[in-house]
Amino acid sequence: MKSRNWFAHTVLVIGVLLFILPVWVMVAGATQDAGAITRGDLSLIPNPAGLGIFWQALCFGGASKAGYPVWHMLLVSFAMAMVIAIGKIFISLLSAFAVVFFRFPLRKLAFWTIFLTLMLPVEVRIIPSFAVVSQLGLVNNLGGLTLPLIASATATLLFRQVFAALPDELVEAARLDGAGPLQFLWDIVLPVCRANLAALFVILFVYGWNQYLWPLLVASSPAYTTIVLGITQMISPEQMTPWNLVMATTTLALIPPVLVVIVLNRAFVRGLTEVDK
Amino acid sequence: MATLELQNIAKNFGDTAVLQALDLKLASGEMLVIVGASGCGKSTLLRLVAGLETPSGGKILLDGVDITAADPAKRDIAMVFQNYALYPHMSVAQNMGYALKLRGLSKTDITAKVEQAAEMLGLTPLLGRRPGALSGGQRQRVAMGRAIVRQPKLFLFDEPLSNLDAKLRVSMRAEIRRLQKSLRVTAMYVTHDQTEAMTMADRLIVMNAGKAEQIGTPMEVFARPATLFVAQFLGAPAMNTLLPLKAGLTDAPEGAMLGIRPEDILVGETGLAMAIDLVEPLGSETLIHGRLACGQSLTLRRAGGPPEGSQIFVSLPDQKRHYFDAATGARL
Amino acid sequence: MDRRTIFPGKLLPILLIAPQLTLTFIFFLWPAARALQEAVTATDPFGTSTVFVGLDNFTALFSDPSYWSAVIRTLIFCATVSVLAMAGGLTLAYFAAQNIKGQSWYRVLLIWPYAVAPALSAIVWVFLADPQIGLIGRHLGPGWDYALNGNQAMALVIIASAWKQVSYNFIFYLAALMAIPKTLIEAATLDGARGFTRFAGIIWPLLMPTTLFLLVVNLVYAAFDTFGTIYALTGGGPAGATETLVVKVYEDGFIGNDIGGSAAQSVALMVLVIALVTLQFRLTAKRAA
Repeated sequence: MKSRNWFAHTVLVIGVLLFILPVWVMVAGATQDAGAITRGDLSLIPNPAGLGIFWQALCFGGASKAGYPVWHMLLVSFAMAMVIAIGKIFISLLSAFAVVFFRFPLRKLAFWTIFLTLMLPVEVRIIPSFAVVSQLGLVNNLGGLTLPLIASATATLLFRQVFAALPDELVEAARLDGAGPLQFLWDIVLPVCRANLAALFVILFVYGWNQYLWPLLVASSPAYTTIVLGITQMISPEQMTPWNLVMATTTLALIPPVLVVIVLNRAFVRGLTEVDK
Repeated sequence: MATLELQNIAKNFGDTAVLQALDLKLASGEMLVIVGASGCGKSTLLRLVAGLETPSGGKILLDGVDITAADPAKRDIAMVFQNYALYPHMSVAQNMGYALKLRGLSKTDITAKVEQAAEMLGLTPLLGRRPGALSGGQRQRVAMGRAIVRQPKLFLFDEPLSNLDAKLRVSMRAEIRRLQKSLRVTAMYVTHDQTEAMTMADRLIVMNAGKAEQIGTPMEVFARPATLFVAQFLGAPAMNTLLPLKAGLTDAPEGAMLGIRPEDILVGETGLAMAIDLVEPLGSETLIHGRLACGQSLTLRRAGGPPEGSQIFVSLPDQKRHYFDAATGARL
Repeated sequence: MDRRTIFPGKLLPILLIAPQLTLTFIFFLWPAARALQEAVTATDPFGTSTVFVGLDNFTALFSDPSYWSAVIRTLIFCATVSVLAMAGGLTLAYFAAQNIKGQSWYRVLLIWPYAVAPALSAIVWVFLADPQIGLIGRHLGPGWDYALNGNQAMALVIIASAWKQVSYNFIFYLAALMAIPKTLIEAATLDGARGFTRFAGIIWPLLMPTTLFLLVVNLVYAAFDTFGTIYALTGGGPAGATETLVVKVYEDGFIGNDIGGSAAQSVALMVLVIALVTLQFRLTAKRAA
């Protein structure tokens, strides 16, 4: 039904534009003059002459409170996101594997303890978590930035569901072939769950990269300021905010997580919505 | 090839006896078929031998060695699963070579053995493909290839043909039997299909609700069924059962049920009168369903086309009659 | 929960689960215990002495009108964001699920906002909504200033929060819609149902498990993950107009140094999350079944 299709396309295109508009404004605005923007002359059309702003933002950081160039902050964010993504996948995988494929004393208690962490997102325990982290001497280092965010149960629960749904025959065939548990995990479980691993990587990388509240507390030193935090610090009501620089930096900050989602989007969607194999 | 002995093997789940105490001996190179309806305990029996379940009692001896407590990986037994259980992310060659890789064989050794098994099963052009790209019959052959490559002491088949269409089932069962014979492997084969059981077994064991009703060669079990259950399980259409006194047959033992197979009933000029309800022509033979004067129904099978008229006379030859105790079902 | 085929062994699984359990104890259970402890003690402003006060902090909290206005504010905020984000996600998913050209392109183009940091979502909307520099904001006349008008600030944080969350809902609704067997839709069409009736009568009930699941996820998102958006856009202002419960915990605890009060709020939030997440777990179990 052609008319139906036309309507569907219209709605979808409007949706796509609604998403892109704010970001387009930002990218276009980055290339324009800061003074002009402050005066209210921000336009939708980018200024080709202003393309150098991205490079400038990357290398010099402009008026960032951190005093560190943007590339440094991008690196901090990258390290944080990678450690969180890989660390969390690693320990959650092992825990879920232990809970699903073995029977050991206090197994159920251990599982519910881990499940309990779902009830405690970082925002609910910020003050005491910060106290614990300072007590352990982990303020202003990569450990303090990442460890409290690694242990939560979301990944463990997803893995648990996927592992529990693996066909019994697959496990039995592997046992008869002579595979021990770790061999089975490496040779069979991980390859079969590739999509789930990719999806979790996307989710966790984005989660780690986008953290705001926790770095706000734990990264008081400029050396450990993440890019998201750094950008918010660039905007001050007192002095004149270099809007074009802020926009350019925000663009740079958006690129890695958006890229991860776009490149892995198929596996991301599949791993998120398909849990039965 | 190995001998298998099960001594007093039993399995309970809680209070239910899924498998009642059983003794069984397999000779080297023998194909034993375990046949029965769903839930009769046949798969449990197979899984006990494989080591995927632990018996509640009894011993399992493979080539005289007690393997009852041994880990499945250490038993040197291979199994072909109902759903093939192929590793979806590995190629056919990798699937077949996995067990050998785990055992530490060299790459050249593995390739040689895999190619040899593939050749035997006609899988050589498929070695690079993934299971997802194969048909059901091809997947079944890969599952067998995986077992053959290991050259194990014992082969276990868990209803391997159930997921194939009828035509494929007929050709595959012949292939499996030929392969088993040429390799001279000792094998246990589980199925619910009585045709598979009859055609493939050296000996078969009929199971019902956890109990072994009869063990014997196919012809033995077919010609002299030990219980009513066995009598009606093998043979299609199923054996007719009659209350002889009601039908007017006075020479039956006290309290007995009369059993007679459809193909053993004779049609003639005299005998019991039977009114025809339904005629099913199969081409080379015809099935005739009808009712005796006493009201009991009868099905008979005879060569050629359908009979004329709506009534025929049937006789039940003495030597083809089976008598079973009406209460216990045991053969009299 | 338990599967039939497992591996033997008891030491290995304990070793495998140890890392996560250790981290859980140190960074979850210990802080939670501290929060409970702090919630039932009072510390003097210099931090030199603490005294057990039982439920006093809670009584003080629950009789504080500013707490209740924060609660109501949070409820309104969460409900609005959830409804907007879910309606948006469902609409886009409904049309994307139909067999049209370029479906996979639309999918990619509608998923990427998931990657935007909540805090950056705020910044991005500043470029649109700011009364001085915003592309749209500067044309909205002198009455538009969300730094002064509480309702406008609330509206803006709602939009900035919902905007980002539409993608997540889109993913799940799209998957759920594509999982509806075509034969079911065809049968309904033959029965005479079309357009809206078909949607309301057949499709919406089939989507109910997904809707319930997403509702809880969205509520949790709106209640907690939006800290960055709100704080970066309005700082909780003007005059606390956008101070949701999670912002209040931060403000009172870290800026205001009211340890007991902030801890009591944290404990209250914990109870809320426990309720929500238990609900979500039950719903997910039904969805997978």
